[in-house]
Amino acid sequence: MDLTSLTIDAARSAVQERNTTATVWAESHFARISSEDDKIGAFLTLSNERALSQAARMDALAAKGEILPPLGGVPVAIKDVMVTRDVRTTAGSKILENYIPVYDCTAVGRLEAAGAVILGKLNCDEFAMGSSNENSAYKPVHNPRDLERVPGGSSGGSAAAVAAGMAVATLGSDTGGSIRQPASFCGVVGLKPTYGRVSRYGLIAFASSLDHIGPLTRNVKDAALMLRTMAGRDPMDSTSADIPVPDYVAELEKDVRGLRIGVPKECFGAGLDAEVRTSVEIAIQKLASRGCEVVAVSLPHSAYAIPAYYIVATAEASANLARFDGVRYGYRSAEARTLSDMYRKTRDGGFGAEVKRRIMLGTYALSAGYYDAYYLKAQRVRTLLTRDYEEAFGKVDAIVTPTSPTAAFRLGEKSDDPLAMYLADIYTVTANLAGIPGISVPGTPTKSGLPIGVQILGKHFNEATILRLAQACE
Amino acid sequence: MKVTDKDVAYVADLANLELTEEERPRMLRDLNAILGYVDLLEELNTKDVAPMAQVSDRFGVDPAKTGSARFAYARREDIHEGLRKSLAPAVALRGAPETDGTFFEVPKVIEK
Repeated sequence: MDLTSLTIDAARSAVQERNTTATVWAESHFARISSEDDKIGAFLTLSNERALSQAARMDALAAKGEILPPLGGVPVAIKDVMVTRDVRTTAGSKILENYIPVYDCTAVGRLEAAGAVILGKLNCDEFAMGSSNENSAYKPVHNPRDLERVPGGSSGGSAAAVAAGMAVATLGSDTGGSIRQPASFCGVVGLKPTYGRVSRYGLIAFASSLDHIGPLTRNVKDAALMLRTMAGRDPMDSTSADIPVPDYVAELEKDVRGLRIGVPKECFGAGLDAEVRTSVEIAIQKLASRGCEVVAVSLPHSAYAIPAYYIVATAEASANLARFDGVRYGYRSAEARTLSDMYRKTRDGGFGAEVKRRIMLGTYALSAGYYDAYYLKAQRVRTLLTRDYEEAFGKVDAIVTPTSPTAAFRLGEKSDDPLAMYLADIYTVTANLAGIPGISVPGTPTKSGLPIGVQILGKHFNEATILRLAQACE
Repeated sequence: MKVTDKDVAYVADLANLELTEEERPRMLRDLNAILGYVDLLEELNTKDVAPMAQVSDRFGVDPAKTGSARFAYARREDIHEGLRKSLAPAVALRGAPETDGTFFEVPKVIEK
């Protein structure tokens, strides 16, 4: 069996019909991880015990002839920013090197309750801060499509594991593009739902008003299945919305004919690679040929998205990361003699360069004398960016853009220039600021065979429409 | 240059970071580069634009409801046992670098 093309339904049906067992699926994935992951670096921790006991439960159900739950026996893996009870969770940081959580992230718990088999925890940029996965404190991730290139970030391990056949589906987190951009670079589907659609309980916070959990999968239907499993109100997250969850899989059956697709001119200007442009244009033509109406729209404040985003995100991060102080969990510097010394030495030794940079930027933007000029200003621009979408969505059902301005770049290419790295997120950050859903679906690859992602953005809580359009692009 | 050496030291202090001698010049350079780019925002007149801190207070709530009624779904009864049972002390302390079995232990707080 080719593990690189296995889908959720195929994996589950094979167990249900007893052509194989969930235990065999888990073991064959662990075998593939042990043969492939040395060169890719997607996994930080394996949860063999937890996986095999869940697989045994699913096998017992199948043996009794019972109907398996929707993800019954399906091997999945989790970005290491979501806490997992009794399974080490590092957030890609040295400061949490030995952290063993005492509870489960809601999204992870819901997958497991639906029968998923959790193989382990996936590498990522430290605290999800990065666009290339080179900020992991443990090891970089190599793009399975070209090992010299980055897998994107921050959910680089999540995208690489799906692309390399080491998990059928994975969870990532997206604060400014961290699901969609790696999905684009690795040639898989990545979905960032609406803010509030999936509970953030148990997601190690980076920027609370921008953080989202979502799936990375091999096709759109699997993304719909994963979302259906995780979505819905969670009393443990007060920002999770009290809105009914549609059957996203059933919604895929509806036709895309007659849907209005907006194409914002601002996303096709300077800085966009010619091959990426062509790939997105082909996708737009494809949608037009399926009966969608293509409409020119404008997002006039797009040029201000990255600066506004990096102020809002880092300000929130500086507050969220204050909790890592060496007292309740994680690393503590052994050198310190006083409490304040302990905080400083612990944080200095535990955080990497990009995390410190963002804490510093965020602290600066919030500090007396700069709060109005930077933080409040960025929040006002956030309003303008959100209004841009509200106006565009008055005319169209969805918006199509590139996911990232280029295909995957080489390891080391941008790692010394934080600003150049931030620009890799230019088409994705606005969806986080506005809270709208977005999906990256593979388009026509480059001539040299590198994947390119097409991004489809939708109205709040209208994941069904963008999933349907994404499927029409597949 | 917007940010000076002194600012880096001050902000590091606020953020409970020390930064090594090698880290400081790099931090100075990066902060100036990023803030230089952020200056782009000054082009926009935002005098009459309300700041936006959250998405969930505008989207995903019933617009017909106002005030606290709008967020009534997020309220819950005070539950002493059951749904949100607290962690047992031994569990809560499990990940701590130093404890005495009941409390987290830290170095001396009062510095002489």
